[in-house]
Amino acid sequence: MTLVQCLLLASALFSVGVYGLITRRQAVAMLLSIELMVNAANLALVAFAKYAGAPTQPLVLFTLAITVAEVAVGLALVMLLYRRYDDTLLDAASETKG
Amino acid sequence: MSNAWFWLLAAALCVSAVMVVRSRDLVRAVLWLALGLLLTAGLYAYLDAPFLAGVQVLTYVGGVATLMVFGVMVTRRHTSASAEASNDSNAVGVLAALGVFALLATAILKTDLPESSVPTQTTAELGRALLDTYLLAFEAVSLLLLAAIVGAVVIARRRDVETRETRGSATLPSIQVGRTEAE
Repeated sequence: MTLVQCLLLASALFSVGVYGLITRRQAVAMLLSIELMVNAANLALVAFAKYAGAPTQPLVLFTLAITVAEVAVGLALVMLLYRRYDDTLLDAASETKG
Repeated sequence: MSNAWFWLLAAALCVSAVMVVRSRDLVRAVLWLALGLLLTAGLYAYLDAPFLAGVQVLTYVGGVATLMVFGVMVTRRHTSASAEASNDSNAVGVLAALGVFALLATAILKTDLPESSVPTQTTAELGRALLDTYLLAFEAVSLLLLAAIVGAVVIARRRDVETRETRGSATLPSIQVGRTEAE
């Protein structure tokens, strides 16, 4: 395996995440797709650390922490959405659409 | 680990990723995501990042996936428990995903990338770098996590508990929460 293969794998995972983000209508499912995309980015960073000698491993740790924070706040928002609109389809919450 | 293992991991990773976005049942989607994150941890170990692999398993598979399962279970309803992709957004999604992949693949294949592997940071070096070079960012992340926890609690808090507290009838708010559920 080489850096190119790793990066292509990461790109494929990221693209799958993009697909999920566009097609899914449910808040939790969209969060899952975002997780996929962040995971792909992390994979690329780790591959760069291995093959290019870039000091990206601390960056991956920071990404992990930020993603966990994002999931916590995101799920809190989902709970709020569910309580307010009795559903977690994001189409329900389109009243603030300008 | 040989090259075949990498391809096995990569193929399993792709399958689980597709299942995450295509699975009808949201709980199953979360479990597929957990599998994908676990496989990514395996790739990290393969890429000489054992500490990151451990952290990935602990926080992502142990924390995020569990949290997601809770999120699905709590907000579950009969109508939206299965999340089907509508057909009109399906074509747009496939186009966008293929476009993004083509763009990234072109950029990757046109760049001169190093082929040989170099020794990566050991866990000791990683820890030293975190508390030395990246100390400010490290502290900022801890502040961010604190803010996220407090923010999540404030956002997800029930409104009726708030009104009871202002009325002054509740001496112990935690007991009051249980009582409102019972009523």
